[in-house]
Amino acid sequence: MQMSGAQMVIEALKHEGVDTVFGYPGGAIMNVYDEIYKQDDFQHILTRHEQAAVHAAEGYAKVTGKVGVAMVTSGPGFTNAVTGIADAYMDSIPLVVISGQVPMSLIGTDAFQEIDSVGISRSCTKHNYLVTDAADLPRVLKEAFYLAATGRPGPVHVDIPKDVTAQIAEFDYSRPVEMETYKPTTKGNARQIKKAIEAIAAAKRPLLYLGGGIISANAADEVRAFAKMTGIPAVETFMARGTMGADNPLVISMLGMHGSYAANMAMSETDLVIGLGARFDDRVTGKLSEFAKNADVIHVDIDPASISKLVNAEYPIVGDVKYVVEEMTTLAKGKVDPERYAPWLETIDHFNKLHPLGYEEEAGTIKPQWVIERIGQLLGEKANISTDVGQHQMWTAQFYPFTRPRQFISSGGLGTMGFGFPAAMGVKRGDMERVSINVTGDGSILMNIQELMTSVEYKLPVINVILNNHFLGMVRQWQTLFYDKRYSETDLSMQPNWVGLVESFGGVGYNVETKEEFDAALKDAVEKNVVAMINVSVSRFENVLPMVPAGGSLFNMMLEYKDK
Amino acid sequence: MMQNERRVVSVILQNEASALSRITDLFSARGYNIESLTVAPIPESKYSRLTIATSGSVRVIEQIIKQLHKLIPVLRVYEHADLVEKEMAMVKFPIGENLSDIETLSKAYNGKIVNVGNDMIIAMVADEPKRVSHYLEAVKRFNPKEIVRSGTVALER
Repeated sequence: MQMSGAQMVIEALKHEGVDTVFGYPGGAIMNVYDEIYKQDDFQHILTRHEQAAVHAAEGYAKVTGKVGVAMVTSGPGFTNAVTGIADAYMDSIPLVVISGQVPMSLIGTDAFQEIDSVGISRSCTKHNYLVTDAADLPRVLKEAFYLAATGRPGPVHVDIPKDVTAQIAEFDYSRPVEMETYKPTTKGNARQIKKAIEAIAAAKRPLLYLGGGIISANAADEVRAFAKMTGIPAVETFMARGTMGADNPLVISMLGMHGSYAANMAMSETDLVIGLGARFDDRVTGKLSEFAKNADVIHVDIDPASISKLVNAEYPIVGDVKYVVEEMTTLAKGKVDPERYAPWLETIDHFNKLHPLGYEEEAGTIKPQWVIERIGQLLGEKANISTDVGQHQMWTAQFYPFTRPRQFISSGGLGTMGFGFPAAMGVKRGDMERVSINVTGDGSILMNIQELMTSVEYKLPVINVILNNHFLGMVRQWQTLFYDKRYSETDLSMQPNWVGLVESFGGVGYNVETKEEFDAALKDAVEKNVVAMINVSVSRFENVLPMVPAGGSLFNMMLEYKDK
Repeated sequence: MMQNERRVVSVILQNEASALSRITDLFSARGYNIESLTVAPIPESKYSRLTIATSGSVRVIEQIIKQLHKLIPVLRVYEHADLVEKEMAMVKFPIGENLSDIETLSKAYNGKIVNVGNDMIIAMVADEPKRVSHYLEAVKRFNPKEIVRSGTVALER
């Protein structure tokens, strides 16, 4: 069938079953937007900034497991989107980002709103395309969706010059994707899996080290079943929160820089690390030479480049973690004796009792950790929790009782302030049944505050809970600990009228000074089901603890620090 | 500390726009070293062959191979162990230099004089990269005006 390049984009999105596109129009993408105007197969959500469009698509992708789609124009439209694309790349989120480009005849002339978009996105996408002929569009778009979702997921960028969107060509979307050069390994090597099981059976203190790859691979059920059958305890990375479920007796909370004492000690004492979809990030390992020093490593990952990149794996297994863990469970039957690990579980229990995750209450002040726990108590499973970046993010990861995968949506790898609110909008769009909470800070929330308009317009109610300490809290914490309390540019004493701000966009706002007020505000916001901002005054100098200083050893945690 | 080793890696990749820059971007973004890089289409195919001479620790080399594999247009990556490696160099000399001495020296390095103009002589050699370096050292006494090296190409034995 003959059609224009712009029509092809719409048709391709329909064929891919896309129900939502987040975006922002502009000159170079106008032909496509003209076609968007004429269709009602999917909803276009007009964010108020291109960065937010990509974060919203990320939130949508994370909560649904589908490919998120964002659309932007050329030049500044695209460069604004880059932070979101880089964020998705670091956290392996499947996205297709379509950008307009100046007409082919103007490429390379420094034309108005021209930028080398594919040049810019090359280093922060799984793959990218500059489409120079409309006849290539069906193949390219099909490949883009396929690449984004398969293997190690990630963002794919498609840049389309304006004249290509106007060009008429044949549209045939029925041809299967044929990429001779791209064949991800999903089935792990059977011999390696067998050897890994033998190592598990011989270990005395094995430890499951669960990463975000499990959530991408929808493998949480398989991992829980494997843990239950073998009786092996597990630590979760920040990206894997919710994999085991907070009430699972085998989970030892989060590990890493702000991990629990028990999780970090378990990792330091284990004799066999079973890494599943985790990439041994520096925030997790601390000092590499001291990381799990006495342990062999089984490493299962879909990305061969992640294996032995930082920590040498004695048992490398390249494959889809869902498939590999299923295989491991089958093979472990009758070979792995949970009784063998009983003393190990006792040791972990001892670690848990020695320094449980906690905080000290202070009369007259709300502790930020309490707010997180309280949201958990009041909403628990009923909420999807997004966060921005900073102390509030770490407290959320530590104190929220996540019970399921895809419940916790946060910017892990890139650590993007301004991620939380637009992502929470995308989360709401992807899961309208649950409450979408964005836990944020008084620094982070202002980075994409314009999305209040989008959120109100499209009835995507997000409850923004600001843990307001009048500081860029995490930087302030580092300044306290490592810069002799020189609070250079982190004091945010100057504050907007939060309630007035959100109300001016048509949402509701609450200033909260007491626990009772917080409960009432959250209840009211949930009932009203509108865009809300709960500004909670929390203790100003609270630190995220435990803390492993950057480059320090996991077992050398700072457990207490009293700040005045 | 791990010893840095020189390695030659061949990459077979699709002939498409930006394919080469994907490779060079990967090296620069991850801080890997490129000693030399040559590229040309493979006859009667839709692929090109790149030969990259690089150096790094065993772990770095392993990462280079894996990261190259990850690039979508890359079909194959070979890390050469037993290989025949050649490089070409061309050198421009002033016309006043001794033509026969240059000719003799070039011959010793699989080369010859390839052009003589009004005011210059151009010699060419093709040999192992190390020997090409020796040649360039040796021809210094003929006051070379310009030198160009091609970068290494290699094939497994």
